[in-house]
Amino acid sequence: MRTSHVKFYQTGTFTVGNRLLSEAERSVQSTLERTNALNSGHRACQGCGEALGARYAIDAAMRATDNQLIAANATGCLEVFSTPYPQTSWQIPWIHSLFGNTAAVATGVAAALRVKGRTQTRVVAQGGDGGTTDIGFGCLSGMFERNDDVLYICYDNEAYMNTGVQRSSATPPAARTATSQAVGSEPGNVFGQGKNVPLIAMAHEIPYVATASVADVRDLETKVTKAMSMHGARYIHILVPCPLGWGAAPHDTVNLARLATESGLFPVFEAEHGEITDRRTIRRKVPVEDYLRRQKRFAHLFKPELRTDVIAQLQAMADRNIRRFGLLDKEEL
Amino acid sequence: MLKQIEGSRAVAEAVALCRPEVICAYPITPQTHIVENLGQLVKTGELSNCEFINVESEFAALSVAIGASATGARAYTATASQGLLFMAEAVYNASGLGLPIVMTIGNRAIGAPINIWNDQQDSMSMRDAGWIQLYAETNQEAVDLHIQAVRLAEELSVPVMVCVDGFILTHAYERVDLPSQEQVDAFVPAYEPRQVLDPAEPVTIGAMVGPEAFTEVRYLAHYRQMQALWLIPELAEEFEQHFGRAAGGLLRPYHTEAAETLVVALGSVNGTIKDVVDQLNDEGVAIGCVSITSFRPFPARKLRETIGHARRVVVIEKSLAVGIGGIVSTDVRMALAGAGIPVFTVIAGLGGRAITQASLHDVLTKAHHDALQRLTFLDLRHDVIHREIERLETQRRSGPVAENILRELGSVADHIG
Repeated sequence: MRTSHVKFYQTGTFTVGNRLLSEAERSVQSTLERTNALNSGHRACQGCGEALGARYAIDAAMRATDNQLIAANATGCLEVFSTPYPQTSWQIPWIHSLFGNTAAVATGVAAALRVKGRTQTRVVAQGGDGGTTDIGFGCLSGMFERNDDVLYICYDNEAYMNTGVQRSSATPPAARTATSQAVGSEPGNVFGQGKNVPLIAMAHEIPYVATASVADVRDLETKVTKAMSMHGARYIHILVPCPLGWGAAPHDTVNLARLATESGLFPVFEAEHGEITDRRTIRRKVPVEDYLRRQKRFAHLFKPELRTDVIAQLQAMADRNIRRFGLLDKEEL
Repeated sequence: MLKQIEGSRAVAEAVALCRPEVICAYPITPQTHIVENLGQLVKTGELSNCEFINVESEFAALSVAIGASATGARAYTATASQGLLFMAEAVYNASGLGLPIVMTIGNRAIGAPINIWNDQQDSMSMRDAGWIQLYAETNQEAVDLHIQAVRLAEELSVPVMVCVDGFILTHAYERVDLPSQEQVDAFVPAYEPRQVLDPAEPVTIGAMVGPEAFTEVRYLAHYRQMQALWLIPELAEEFEQHFGRAAGGLLRPYHTEAAETLVVALGSVNGTIKDVVDQLNDEGVAIGCVSITSFRPFPARKLRETIGHARRVVVIEKSLAVGIGGIVSTDVRMALAGAGIPVFTVIAGLGGRAITQASLHDVLTKAHHDALQRLTFLDLRHDVIHREIERLETQRRSGPVAENILRELGSVADHIG
């Protein structure tokens, strides 16, 4: 797969895949051989970031394994919307067991493949942020610690969307959810809590950890492809905006993912064996306010009064990420 | 081959003879020795072609087994007590998905108060989870039931728990006849899964099932257990022909035919019960007993055929349905529905309390003379509970019950000898 970045000047983005480009410049997504792991007809909401992320991620994993791929899936939106039996959107063997055990189920799949000598077949586990950072965290950490041959992909939409938008440990501070409502003197989710699972994954010193977003699917594909070229425990954490839960327009999904990365709120990086090896620098830094304003979950920061104090706190978080991960080239700092 | 061997070691060797391909290990007393021994067998190479995985919890242990089984590997794990509760969600899931996992339960009490000793509250709490439950009376039977369990599970695509009384069996050294690899290979064929995750034939497993089909799926789970009511005796018969000794089956009667009083129990306590039945028969009391091997499926018809002629039935059980009494008794009463036979419940051996011949002799004699209460707690210290009840009634802040009773009883050493 070609991985060079092609500027697509018509939209001012890195988005490629357009078949109007010359053959050499086209993305793999423009080829007709694309596997389309998550087929059309599923029940995801309009503008679902998770469906977009999952399709690109699993497509890339299928290409990397010559379609010899098995997926274990946590309970959640992706599980529910993709398998309204008798219809299923999955083109690969796929198992859903429980909410909190996906990493362990994938470990079992990998163990069976090894013992059966089916070593050409690989395993992907996937879940949302609730299934990954909260209820499935014990099994995830166990899978990391044992360095089981599993790529775990977390589609992070920053709350429990399937049950109606409740707070998870991946919900950002100040965000309104059904269990961190925009009421009282400190509306929305609290500051100073939550967990950063990519960093915790790195602390396990597993072969590969990466973050990505649906704003840059080429980068996401590259990372999945790279992960599938390796063995042992691998983790990719993908930011996938949720129009329903975030209170955003469906057409804004990719835009919001881009604003999250371009503001520094969601750092995009790679790490191998516990050390950061690469990061995606910010092209044009945007203030967090540009990101927050487009989402109803942050509406209480703008109305009835402008909460500059809270916005400043969120800006400080973004700035800290920029310093910590080196997200801006030196001259721009 | 005859061996003088610890129960756990015997179970581990029996499991190894069945050629498991994925074993998930997590320690919990009293099953720990089983997975320790299996780990050793894998590490020395005596058990080859097997992935031994040290997981981080019982929930993960069974989840790894689920993934492995769905990918076509023969999967095994073992647990007890709190561990079984911690994996409860996966217990239902494994049976719901129809995955033929075999799991040993080293039966142990459930806390609070925390207690590591034997009773059967743990497996009883999972009696409706869709697993077949077999209870071993001796370590020989524990070995034999594991070999049958693998066949049973895989023929029906239903998971099987083999319940082995903690410490009383798991830690007891006794003579066990372990079959040869050739014998077991001839009895347990390679695993042919009904469903398997394979890119050559991609399937979706674990989709959501709504009201339109849920009842049918659940009915078929019940149907498969009803099939087990036929298959379990068939396998026991085949096992006997093959290995030259009787083991398994739905239940085992002892001096039942002429008995007026019949005792029903599960697991190792049947050994003590048989001794007491012998004593009472010598004393002229017409009494017999039945050891139930298969608690799920419950052999209601077979039990009725076996004990339906009795004047009274006494169920000795190592578990308690708080608020009603016996768990096993309820099923026994159902099996005897309409027969007009009184069923007495004796709750015994909770948290490892020894079930002595003397106490059983006393309680069964009373039952035989219709002088027993319908619900009896064997060897209950009435003085102790009366004092605690008095405390509860006279003081608002009476403190934690368990600790009050321990204080009352004094140090454990005072009760030994």
